[in-house]
Amino acid sequence: MKSPAFDYARPTTLAEAVSLVAARAGEARVLAGGQSLVPMLAFRLAAPTLLVDLNRLIELRYIRIGDDGVRLGAMVRWRQIEDDVRLVGSHPLLQAAVRHVGHYQIRNRGTVGGSLAHADPAAELPGIAVTCEAEIVAISAAGPRVIRAADFFLGPLTTALAPEEIIIELRLPPWPAQRRWGFEEFARRRGDFAMAAAALYYDVEPDGKAGNVHVGVMGVGDRPQRLAEVEAILNGSVIGPETIAAAERAAAVAVNPSDDIHARAAYRRALVGTMIERALKRAAA
Amino acid sequence: MSIPLRFEVNGKQVAIEVEPRLTLADCLRHRLRLTGTHVGCEHGVCGACTVLVDGEAVRACLMLAVQADGAKVVTIEGLSHDAHLTPLQAAFRKHHALQCGFCTPGMITTAHALLSEEPHCDAARVREVLSGNLCRCTGYIAIVEAVLAARVAYQEKDRQGP
Repeated sequence: MKSPAFDYARPTTLAEAVSLVAARAGEARVLAGGQSLVPMLAFRLAAPTLLVDLNRLIELRYIRIGDDGVRLGAMVRWRQIEDDVRLVGSHPLLQAAVRHVGHYQIRNRGTVGGSLAHADPAAELPGIAVTCEAEIVAISAAGPRVIRAADFFLGPLTTALAPEEIIIELRLPPWPAQRRWGFEEFARRRGDFAMAAAALYYDVEPDGKAGNVHVGVMGVGDRPQRLAEVEAILNGSVIGPETIAAAERAAAVAVNPSDDIHARAAYRRALVGTMIERALKRAAA
Repeated sequence: MSIPLRFEVNGKQVAIEVEPRLTLADCLRHRLRLTGTHVGCEHGVCGACTVLVDGEAVRACLMLAVQADGAKVVTIEGLSHDAHLTPLQAAFRKHHALQCGFCTPGMITTAHALLSEEPHCDAARVREVLSGNLCRCTGYIAIVEAVLAARVAYQEKDRQGP
């Protein structure tokens, strides 16, 4: 189908974008990469009266890496993350996850801010944000607001973002060089949305046991989530065949997927366990 | 609401006015009569509408025409010159990499972008990239073979420099 009619604005500064959205709060939508919003328009699931195109906002295209972690401007595209050699050391989990986002052409356009705002329950970046305890910075005429990823995703395509707010940055906490991590995803076709995916990391303590375990899953619920039950099994354990098997079983019980056209709930439960098993083996290798 | 749009398409300057909701794919086909760009799913799944925007492969159904303002767009019509097939197109013919041909413009533009950037890519990389382009008649074996066979032409171009 074709999109409904809308007005279009192409601001060149963030301040201008904020005031454009504020003037028509609730009716305006922000256009970032367009890889989710444009299909939503074509399906007429979204019908804004104004699109505010952020593609001229060069100021939101940065990847900053420092002692306080990795900061991604909202208009950073997948391709930029894939190609940034600094991230190999500074956030390998992010880079591994982003390689699974969409297809080749989509990775040339899709953005960090767009993926967070769209909040697909199977999308990789929201999953990484939740797993890594990231923060999302949004701005409105009232100023910037920092939202914990854990509080940001409320359900399928639903976030804590107010109608007049624009996402400007994703903040990922620092990544120690020795950290162990894994990312595994299953989709029928490379680049499709995950039927199930797992992102996890831990730090090995001096006694050889895993600490600071973070386990997140995507595609098996109404939003990305961390699995506290699985983290509890792994925290303070030496990661080996027995703990991995226990984590796999616990994950299958902890998630609550529903049946849909792509897979039955029981299949997704089994699949998410397998993703966690593989990610843990990759992390421990 | 109509918005002026100036951009370059296949080396020619274009200045028109478009409605904001017009996609780049529909603009190319209906306004500029460049019907080589095919529209399959209209929501970013099939890859048939792939064109090059400033050298990068993008889905023309997921980009608004107004967003191409100031950009250089190359469509399937802009890849070959003087009615000669490019090495990539010739490889598609030699390897029987098409039947109905509907997906072919998107396959060729995508493969052209890939080979321009990565002239030494392997079969796994070709398959990964072409996973974003649906073909429902030939299967992908012949398509992957054609892309791999065309690499040598891009490797030569790479050595000679731009």
